[in-house]
Amino acid sequence: MKRLKSIGAFWYDFVVGDDWRVAAVVVAALALTALLVHAAGVNAWWLLPVCVFGALGWSLHRATAGPKP
Amino acid sequence: MTALPLILTVFVACTVEAIEALTIVLAAGLTREWRSTFQGMAAALVVLAAIVAVLGPTITLLPLTALRLVVGALLAVFGLQWLRKAILRATGYKALHDEASAYLREVAAAKAATVSSRRGVGDWYAFTLSFKGVLLEGLEVVFIVITFGGNQRNMGAAVIGAAAAVLVVAVTGIAVRAPLARVPENAMKFAVGIMLTSFGIFWGAEGAGVSWPGNDAALLVLVPVAALVSLGYTVLLRQRPRPGLAPAVAHSSEEVASS
Repeated sequence: MKRLKSIGAFWYDFVVGDDWRVAAVVVAALALTALLVHAAGVNAWWLLPVCVFGALGWSLHRATAGPKP
Repeated sequence: MTALPLILTVFVACTVEAIEALTIVLAAGLTREWRSTFQGMAAALVVLAAIVAVLGPTITLLPLTALRLVVGALLAVFGLQWLRKAILRATGYKALHDEASAYLREVAAAKAATVSSRRGVGDWYAFTLSFKGVLLEGLEVVFIVITFGGNQRNMGAAVIGAAAAVLVVAVTGIAVRAPLARVPENAMKFAVGIMLTSFGIFWGAEGAGVSWPGNDAALLVLVPVAALVSLGYTVLLRQRPRPGLAPAVAHSSEEVASS
């Protein structure tokens, strides 16, 4: 069980990293893009770049809001 | 799209990881014993090659749309991790990865460990240290090779990029016999982060059904935009009031600016 947990923790850290919110924004933006394209017929090519760069800025802001190490 | 961006991205990403693996291998080999160190390194390379050999052809069998959606999401998340770390390091909010001090830490630990033989390996500590170091650093490279190669339906080009990087770093490491501390690792991570994020956005959106204006040429806009946005965040963070500025900041900022 302990080994399974550590394997899970390794893969989580490997793929998601320090800020899970970034991964959540990317997945949500992709889902919304697919919805706009397939359900509303909007070619929303601009949505993912805006969300990704916004998520990076948000994550950096959160990481640097406190005092420097 | 030509294979050149694919080979270059994999080459730079692999170089960064190979330098980190080299630091560990050198610490194990120079402090402990070369034979067991090489055995550990070879075992890890065999495992990594097996992962590529199994997953590489498998991933190319998936439908391209689904593959691009999943791989695009993974690459974007992965690339953002690299970019985030590179920007935080460049602005002094996170310590720079220092190969020289990492090497000294590994050497101290290797000197303190006792020698024991197991399963035909003379020095088990040197074997496991080398095996783990190469495997863990190599997994990131394998991920990039498989995702880039699979998406471009050109696994061979991705493997060439990775193999070339390993060869260059190994030959340099053998010649220098010291950790490659002068390589601008953070600038390289910054550049790779931009490439991974840009390709991730491009493929992910395509997988979601988007038609990019200009098709593949959209990447020629996406990559510079990603670079400009990232540099913009770096400048903004540098301009914040900084009590107790880390000495590495000036150096790393130059690194990023030159990437």
